[in-house]
Amino acid sequence: MLTTTFLNKSFENPLVLASGIMGVTAASMKNVIENGAGGVTVKSLSLTPRTGHPNPTQMGTTNYYINAVGLSNPGVEAGVEELKLFKTVCEAPLIGSVFAGTPDEFAAVSERICAAPIDFLEIDVSCPNVSREFGDPFAYSIPAIEMITKKVKAVTNVPVIMKLSPNAWNIVDIAKAAETAGADAITAVNTVSGMAIDVRARRPILHNKQGGISGPALFPIALKCVYDIFQAVKIPIIGTGGVTTGEDALAMIMAGATLIGVGSAIYYGGVEVFKTMTDEMERIMKEEGIKSLDEIRGAAH
Amino acid sequence: MTLANMDQPIFLPITKIVNETEQVKTFYFNFSLKSKPGQFVMLWVPGLDQKPFSIGYDSGAQFGLTIFNRGPLTKALFEMKIGDRVGITGPYGTAFSVKPNTHYIMVAGGYGAAPLGFLAEELSNCHPERGLAADEGSLAHDNNVTIDFCVGARDKDNLLFEERVKKLPNVTLHLATDDGSAGHKGYVTDLLSELADSYLRNQTMPKKLLFVTCGPELMEFKVLEFCNLRNLECEISIERFMKCGIGICGQCCVDPLGIRMCMEGPVVSKAVANQLTEFGKYHRDKSGAKIYY
Repeated sequence: MLTTTFLNKSFENPLVLASGIMGVTAASMKNVIENGAGGVTVKSLSLTPRTGHPNPTQMGTTNYYINAVGLSNPGVEAGVEELKLFKTVCEAPLIGSVFAGTPDEFAAVSERICAAPIDFLEIDVSCPNVSREFGDPFAYSIPAIEMITKKVKAVTNVPVIMKLSPNAWNIVDIAKAAETAGADAITAVNTVSGMAIDVRARRPILHNKQGGISGPALFPIALKCVYDIFQAVKIPIIGTGGVTTGEDALAMIMAGATLIGVGSAIYYGGVEVFKTMTDEMERIMKEEGIKSLDEIRGAAH
Repeated sequence: MTLANMDQPIFLPITKIVNETEQVKTFYFNFSLKSKPGQFVMLWVPGLDQKPFSIGYDSGAQFGLTIFNRGPLTKALFEMKIGDRVGITGPYGTAFSVKPNTHYIMVAGGYGAAPLGFLAEELSNCHPERGLAADEGSLAHDNNVTIDFCVGARDKDNLLFEERVKKLPNVTLHLATDDGSAGHKGYVTDLLSELADSYLRNQTMPKKLLFVTCGPELMEFKVLEFCNLRNLECEISIERFMKCGIGICGQCCVDPLGIRMCMEGPVVSKAVANQLTEFGKYHRDKSGAKIYY
């Protein structure tokens, strides 16, 4: 009922672990699959190891989750070993993820992660450490997105997915530019920029002061981005951002998403949330007489 | 389900500071934390850092954190005075079992004595106002619990909670120091075999035997090996680098199960510990890279 084909690869269900959550090791990604995810995205890797920001790096409330981890990761070399290990213990689809400071560095780290048996590669062009060589951060710059997409496509042997920022007022144009430059899919969206202040401490809670907002507060923003991008491009979309229930997931699919990224939902529903969500999706589909997700993809348009 | 709003820091003033050893202090806060022995809190010093600390004391009205001065965060904390405030979130993680009709052999190394001291007090029902939630029935003074409390340290001056534990009913204290300045000269784990034998030999009424341990990982690993060899039960507190403390970041996931030590740990059963191939071998740093012991 929930089986989904994305870029010729079959997923048991459309829920994939979003990058940055639970995804440091092969073991933790396997644990997520065992809890019902249809696929996983690894936490973004960079050319060299990074320790990230000091704590607090994340904080959760009923309405939102905020984080500024600082892209900590053991570097692409150690990361490739974990990805290889994942594929020896788990058959589920695996999405690699990388970030970098310049277009050439994006190409270099993308080429290196392809040494691992990843099925897709997601490019995080919406991270906080962005180069300003184009005058704008990558996330908002059409020339930057075009150049990064082309350079990465030239050195990779798997489909490339560009992950975009909801802070980009021109996200639809950015998505179109990525498609024209050869991107195989779009992930919409990354977290939206935000802040939390502790009034008794009289300062921001995150050590990095600002962070990315996910959780329920992000959902309607992400939904609109996916809805708009679906009208503008032909390539498939991974709808990500505050999806915490099966109903949210179905709404994302009706907006036009093929896969659904699930991240901070783990905070609200535990690691077993994948199963909770797919159960709810099936229940609603039965109630509504929906036979397959293809039947309702983009139905809200 | 996580109580979402509880993960915002609560800003609490320090109400008491006790110097335990030259490098260890216990910081007390007047707050009903409702924690269980083995759990931890995240402690935030604004502008500096936030780290997990195991809970060493909880009377119901007051809780205490026993902290070893080892880095920039703890250094700042050691310079604080009564009335200074820090941000607390928690309690988080799993706890040691609190069971009646059981003989506990507690094995503490260094400041691992703090959570085990809290457990020993809980088992002795020192704070009846906490309204104990025992795993099996409620614990009263006749709960039929006895404890061998083994604590090891480098030397006499670094032993923790000797006095605190000694005054508990039903507790026998055993000391070990590397230099022999107090108790047994050598490792605390040297004591295990004799204590287990002595308990099993002199057992007068049917009671379960449970080892619990908290301290340096290689010491804990020896406890696990011993319990495997002798087919005895144990519970182990496993420390891993934590970022969020609330089950999201994946930093404290252990191989090959991928379970999170902030959620499915830090206290794990013998059965779980035996499946963790990395236990006693390596852990991961804040980038996620492996560090071998």
